[in-house]
Amino acid sequence: MVGIVVVSHSQKLAEGVVELAGMMASEVPVAAAGGLDDGGLGTSFEKISNAVNRVYSDDGVALIMDMGSAVMTAEMVMESMEDRKIKMIDCPIVEGTVIAALEVLSGTSLEQLQEKVASAGEKKF
Amino acid sequence: MQAVAVKIEEEKDYLTELDNVIGDGDHGINMARGFKAVEEKLPSLAGKDIGIILKGIGLQLVSNVGGASGPLYGTAFMKAGAACTGLVSMDAVAFVQAMEAAVQGIEMRGKAHEGEKTMLDALCPALKALRHGVDSGKTAKAALADAVAAAEQGVAYTQTIIATKGRASYLGERSLGHQDPGATSSLYILQTILAHLS
Repeated sequence: MVGIVVVSHSQKLAEGVVELAGMMASEVPVAAAGGLDDGGLGTSFEKISNAVNRVYSDDGVALIMDMGSAVMTAEMVMESMEDRKIKMIDCPIVEGTVIAALEVLSGTSLEQLQEKVASAGEKKF
Repeated sequence: MQAVAVKIEEEKDYLTELDNVIGDGDHGINMARGFKAVEEKLPSLAGKDIGIILKGIGLQLVSNVGGASGPLYGTAFMKAGAACTGLVSMDAVAFVQAMEAAVQGIEMRGKAHEGEKTMLDALCPALKALRHGVDSGKTAKAALADAVAAAEQGVAYTQTIIATKGRASYLGERSLGHQDPGATSSLYILQTILAHLS
């Protein structure tokens, strides 16, 4: 099963998003990589790498980021794990992660995931 | 690099203050944390070639800064290191090549260009001035002095433009009139290198 890593500047936000995804798709391996090592605001190369390792399988890992350094640091983690199957998915972090987890649960592959969450940013009402 | 760490620590509050206005208010704190980690790493890099030292510095920045400047400066130093593989001393030409690699690294990582109110507005003019100086036969020190002057102008220029990259771009026109923190820290790094060039 594809693993998901939620990368945010905020540890609470990342953990909250994981909690929300777990509410609908608790079987999917979703890991939080939020905040700095000391819990402060920012993104940590170390935390993202560890989270990828926790949920990694041959099916690969999807990285879902908030903004700025989250995207750039995720990119650098991917470059440091070149031999692994990892993809960044571009979507709103909350809605996108929930949809991605549900997709993974129904067997969507890492390659198909971006297309499946493309509508996650559409209007809510 | 030790001197850079000291300079960044000294300017920590000012950089954070600049970032408070148009960003997320962590640039000084983040940079100081990153360069403190660099400072602690330096003894274990002593005696290594310049490529390894610069890559080591880059890795420390990526792992310890925490904000956008981590991957950006981290990539810059790692790319500069790759351009200096095996070198045990650096002449003006090698410095130009290292800085070229660094600036290209930042452009690649940030998907950014000059004129977007970022550190590139200090670094791109600095690189141009440096390259021009070295090409026209100036000493490394004279060429770097030109580069620092160009970076100073670049920092001043960031006050006159609207941010279209980075966190400040969310502010749109409200970013006008404020100096870019990333461009400012880039200037500090160049100034410190110049001051310590023999």
